[in-house]
Amino acid sequence: MRRQSLILVLIALLAGWSAAPAPARADIVINVDQGASQPLPIAVSAFSGSPVGGQISQVITANLERSGLFRPVDPAAFPERSFDVNLQPHFDLWKAVSAQALLTGQVVSEQDGRLRVDFRLWDVYAGEQLLGLQFTSTPDNWRRIAHKISDAVYEKLTGEKGYFDTRVVFVAESGTKLKPVRRLKIMDQDGANPSYLTDGSYLVFTPRFSPTRQEITFMALRPTGASIYLFNLETGRQEVLGHFPGMVFAPRFSPDGRKVAFSAEKAGNTDIYVMDLGNHATERLTTDPAIDTSPSFAPDGGQIVFNSDRGGSPQLYVMSSDGASAHRISFGSGRYMTPVWSPDGKFIAFTKQEGALFHIGVMRPDGSGERLLTTSYLDEGPSWAPNSRVVMFSRQTRGAGTGLWMVDISGQVTRPAPYPMSASDPAWSPLLN
Amino acid sequence: MVFSIRRGLELTLLFAAAASLAACASHPKLAGPGPTGPSERPERGFAPPPPPGPVTEGEETGPVRPGSARDFVINAGDLVYFDFDSYSLRDDARPVLDAQAQWLGRYHEVRVRIEGNCDERGTREYNFALGARRANAVREYLVAHGVSASRIDTISYGKERPIDPGDSDEALARNRNGHSVILEGAR
Repeated sequence: MRRQSLILVLIALLAGWSAAPAPARADIVINVDQGASQPLPIAVSAFSGSPVGGQISQVITANLERSGLFRPVDPAAFPERSFDVNLQPHFDLWKAVSAQALLTGQVVSEQDGRLRVDFRLWDVYAGEQLLGLQFTSTPDNWRRIAHKISDAVYEKLTGEKGYFDTRVVFVAESGTKLKPVRRLKIMDQDGANPSYLTDGSYLVFTPRFSPTRQEITFMALRPTGASIYLFNLETGRQEVLGHFPGMVFAPRFSPDGRKVAFSAEKAGNTDIYVMDLGNHATERLTTDPAIDTSPSFAPDGGQIVFNSDRGGSPQLYVMSSDGASAHRISFGSGRYMTPVWSPDGKFIAFTKQEGALFHIGVMRPDGSGERLLTTSYLDEGPSWAPNSRVVMFSRQTRGAGTGLWMVDISGQVTRPAPYPMSASDPAWSPLLN
Repeated sequence: MVFSIRRGLELTLLFAAAASLAACASHPKLAGPGPTGPSERPERGFAPPPPPGPVTEGEETGPVRPGSARDFVINAGDLVYFDFDSYSLRDDARPVLDAQAQWLGRYHEVRVRIEGNCDERGTREYNFALGARRANAVREYLVAHGVSASRIDTISYGKERPIDPGDSDEALARNRNGHSVILEGAR
């Protein structure tokens, strides 16, 4: 085991997640302090050459630790501290502190003022370099460099894309239950650089990122009615999508970013529509008298999973993206809502309500393999990290506020997302370019 | 009238006295520990006054003017309640809606908005749809009982505007409602 390649260990761990049978009910109760079964010990040394090197290392360490797949070695135990990035570490010393992987790096200020960061990822037990890369950017962009290094390390050691160079848009909550204030807010996935996008003069809900542009869509609610918006994050331009006589809500982009699917209500009946963002042509996809809402496109754009109570209670259905051949996929006990197709297409995350409890769960698109990942008074609104390994959601704690939480798809690592205040409706961005 | 104003003043003074007593009682705790010199410690009797307590919004009182929004709320009723995940009008809703229809029949210039509300035990989006059903159920009943459809707007607040902040079964039941709100035309 000790001699085994650490890459194989992590890949086996990831494979085990996918193949894991549905856990028994008792296992669904999550221990927040319990990490993945075998997180990989990794030592992230302070990058040399500049004070910002230590900050970069801290950001990387926090990212890897938060994933639940890594257990950072306590820096106080490090046997070596200052590295020339081009020299081999003393692997025997690092074995002695049980580090299986070691990350070293250095920061150089280029003559043009830009920051160049080199790093090396070492397999301590094999005694060899796994990866060496360098990134260059402006000094104020050091956090993004740290996120890109985190992604490179994650990908090398797991075989899967990382998700650290991403942002999260969500609804920051303030006021009281009787007089709520809701503002759109955006932050880096690790909680850095938080910034408000709306002023709180109207209620906002359910933001979603465009898969292709720095753009979001969201629902706004005023006493005069509901509307759905496009909001370009680069230009700040906002656009109301169409005018509807009744309620309009639950907007989501198609995978090519060219359409928005949403729900609109007429005379009490809610159906799913899709609007072409080029010419604003709107097509109605469902026509039955039941509630049809919370649409989510498959990543190939060919199908839509949605929430309907046409069978008597809210359940999940899949239809082709022109509205044809809708069929039910959820058959467990309880009520199923807010389905969200994973970016890799393999899973549908959902909210399940059963008895007095709510869960975030996943199932395959054919409805098989249902697993519940979380349990609480009120969990809802899952959103996938771009690598389909982690889901962020809202958790309302009884008698307390609502906050952002995250869970990996094994259900082993449930923890608060790095935003300490009241918030709901998180939406994870794609990887930044 | 004079009597009641005097009575009010007396109550106010009593309340102020009680508040200042409370401030004295809590003063030693407020000072707290720490390396503060004697000059920084507030002297007894010179403690800052307590922050002002909350006051409710000004609610209209006195005789009910016929045709006013208050008349509607008191004498017709502005709320009907629903069972969990249901938009069927309950038996106890019908007399309220009958009274609303009668009242609106008397005051033709009044326009109303029906707000559909849900308890928090559901997802945000499903509840927007459910609240819309509830608002529409109220609207259809009023229209069927003679109120012109053009006088009635609807909106769904889903679970976003509870009237009771609690999470007891009773609070949740209150939050599953159709709320008729006068938009304009009241006297």
